Amino acid sequence: MRLKDIIEAVEVEVLAGAQCLPDREVVTVSACDLMSDVLAFAKPGILLVTGLTNAQIIRTAQIADLSGIIVVRGKRPNAETIELAEKMHIPLLSTSMHMFELCSELAKIGLAGTHTE
Amino acid sequence: MIAETVFNQGFEVEGGDFVRGGEASCRILEILKELAFPPSIVRRAGIAAYEAEMNIVMYADDGGLELTVTPDRIVIVVADRGQGIPDIELAMRDGYSTATDEIREMGFGAGMGLPNIKKNSDEMKISSTLGEGTRVEIVIKANHGEVRCEDSRPCAES
Ligand SMILES: Nc1ncnc2c1ncn2[C@@H]1O[C@H](COP(=O)(O)OP(=O)(O)O)[C@@H](O)[C@H]1O
Ligand SMILES: [Mg+2]
Repeated sequence: MRLKDIIEAVEVEVLAGAQCLPDREVVTVSACDLMSDVLAFAKPGILLVTGLTNAQIIRTAQIADLSGIIVVRGKRPNAETIELAEKMHIPLLSTSMHMFELCSELAKIGLAGTHTE
Repeated sequence: MIAETVFNQGFEVEGGDFVRGGEASCRILEILKELAFPPSIVRRAGIAAYEAEMNIVMYADDGGLELTVTPDRIVIVVADRGQGIPDIELAMRDGYSTATDEIREMGFGAGMGLPNIKKNSDEMKISSTLGEGTRVEIVIKANHGEVRCEDSRPCAES
């Protein structure tokens, strides 16, 4: 599923990387606050759902070649993190939904978890 | 420098810098992509380098990464000046960590770094001297010059 289609289906705000949304393909979803976990189970095409907002979510996205990041609970990454995402072409999105709510919305439109695919 | 070096570059890493931490590994990732290594090789090298780089950021004073590419391997040496590791066997264990709460809040410190570096390397050497520092050598065997597409994705455009 294209990240662009996901954004149309669930309520999220685009904070950075808007220009690379159309060509991002999402294969699975990982809901995770532990970057080491993402790095341990990384495979191509993961959409990361996280409560973290620091610069390391962007570095992890680049290293693990994530399709994008959605930050939950309306948290706002600081300017440094948003700037880094823009520079690295990482789609960084935000939603007011909590983690479970967002994940159930994503499941409803047909997305599966990284480990249950 | 190793004989028949195709590429060699060093990158500095500052202890405690959680904003720039990971920058060196991301640059290594870009270089390996440009050298047209297959995505799976680039991914393994990137992940191993990044976990090792974050260990400098989290536990050491300062250090660096040195990337060397030869015709048959990628070698990343991650060395730091810092407290060192008292018991390497223990540190290598899955789940062992001395990370502070501050580190855990950033998404690291689950004791998975060193085991994941090992998992992603073909050879991993680690040595440490208490009060002086730590050196991790990551070797990934990959033939430069006759790279193949291992993933379903196309090879890095060159
Ligand atoms: N470069 C280093 N300098 C000092 N101690 C280190 C270094 N790298 C790792 N360690 C020690 O080894 C432990 C395990 O490291 P690792 O497997 O990366 O897990 P984590 O970083 O999540 O704790 C760390 O908690 C730390 O005590
Ligand atoms: Mg670590």
